[in-house]
Amino acid sequence: MSTIRVLVGTKKGAFILTADGKRKDWQVSGPHFAGWEMYHLKGSAADPNRIYASQSSGWFGQIIQRSDDGGKTWNTPGSSAEELKGPEGMPKGESNKFVYEGVAGTHKWYDGSQHPWEFKRVWHIEPSLTDPDTAYAGVEDAAIFKTADGGKTWKELPGLRKAKGNLWQPGAGGMAVHTILLDPKNEKRIYVAISAGGAFRTDDGGKTWKPITRGLKSPYELPDPDAEVGHCVHRMTLHPSRPDVLFMQKHWDVLRTDNAGDQWNEVSGDLPTDFGFPIDVNFNEPETIYVVPITSDSLHYPPEGKLRVYRSKTGGGEWEPLTKGLPQKDCYVNVLRDAMAVDQLDQCGIYFGTTGGQVYCSANGGNSWNAIVRDLPAVYSVEVQTLR
Amino acid sequence: MIRVVLPFHLRNLARVSGDVELDLAAPVTVGALLDALEAKHPVLCGTIRDHDTLKRRPFVRYFACKEDLSLEPTETMLPDEVVNGREPFLVVGAMAGG
Repeated sequence: MSTIRVLVGTKKGAFILTADGKRKDWQVSGPHFAGWEMYHLKGSAADPNRIYASQSSGWFGQIIQRSDDGGKTWNTPGSSAEELKGPEGMPKGESNKFVYEGVAGTHKWYDGSQHPWEFKRVWHIEPSLTDPDTAYAGVEDAAIFKTADGGKTWKELPGLRKAKGNLWQPGAGGMAVHTILLDPKNEKRIYVAISAGGAFRTDDGGKTWKPITRGLKSPYELPDPDAEVGHCVHRMTLHPSRPDVLFMQKHWDVLRTDNAGDQWNEVSGDLPTDFGFPIDVNFNEPETIYVVPITSDSLHYPPEGKLRVYRSKTGGGEWEPLTKGLPQKDCYVNVLRDAMAVDQLDQCGIYFGTTGGQVYCSANGGNSWNAIVRDLPAVYSVEVQTLR
Repeated sequence: MIRVVLPFHLRNLARVSGDVELDLAAPVTVGALLDALEAKHPVLCGTIRDHDTLKRRPFVRYFACKEDLSLEPTETMLPDEVVNGREPFLVVGAMAGG
């Protein structure tokens, strides 16, 4: 039988939740890296035992951790005595060294002035689909880095910031590359999203990038209706069978594109509010998507205190609330952008974590939900591995 | 033998349970001590001071013999009591945040 491994990043450590394919009885491991902010953990599709984790702290900065045994043990890549041996020597403790290429330059600041680019932390790590030693890191201030040596060293792909980076501006949570989507059918194509830079695509493996924001409307934040950059994209997702079809949860609005981002169309439809953070696709049904509507940009909790996942089986436009097993009164948590994921079982499992420390699982595509855990620190990220 | 006391999270990161001992011949500067500390525990590179500029991270402080050395130049000589191991060199996470 398959095993499900849920990787949970929280404000005060990481947790690993495991269960068999029934997804009823869960084992909880953690906290790993207790007391540290764990923005994201993600396993390699090429080697599920290889897991990358972003560990950070306001005091001691950024750390990259790597497990080669499915999360049982962890190491900072390139920092062990064995790895530092050799006539030429390995890089000395450089797995947490994120240095912008060339002159770092400036971006737009809250008051409209220009502000120097400053590395703060890694928000998201996206392992290669084919090589366990290759991964991409989305960082704050917004940029994308790549490792080809298992996380020992990281090098920026500077072409992204040349896509009008001087006009990007931090959102309330900072200015970060928070979404990295790898095209499973075209290894040269990568999508990223930035708050508040917008959405971008490369078709040459990361050398050059172009904004893919046609059709996005942000009238209050961006009065220019033709603005290519500066949109506050909260999250994007795709189904691996159709990588040209993307779904987006923007600051306001839910959108889709059927041509790799060249044109977006709004599919908010009958949602009670189209503000929110995560969005994901059912693994078995490419037109079935999930969002968690949040009241507004001023009120980061569910409308009416009712935690509802909304599902569309039509690729957007028509939505139904999913409430069974979720609190329907007095609930004022948020669900952050990286805190929803799906598994790959025949009955697709949907998972999400809240800022109140709950991690919910639906083993039936969203029809009903159970809390795997209820009292973790605020959940920053949720990823799922389906181990066969 | 110089004794370095690390804060809780850096002890865990470096996987040490007590003081870190460094064998450095006098005279020893603050910078030389930090160089030796990072050489012994490469995982600490970037956590106490910036990789490139070697500037102290804003919420990290250095103390020795009840003196705050955080704002002193890294060429500052360590007190004899630290060099001969009678007093430790303290790396401290500043009180900030929640």
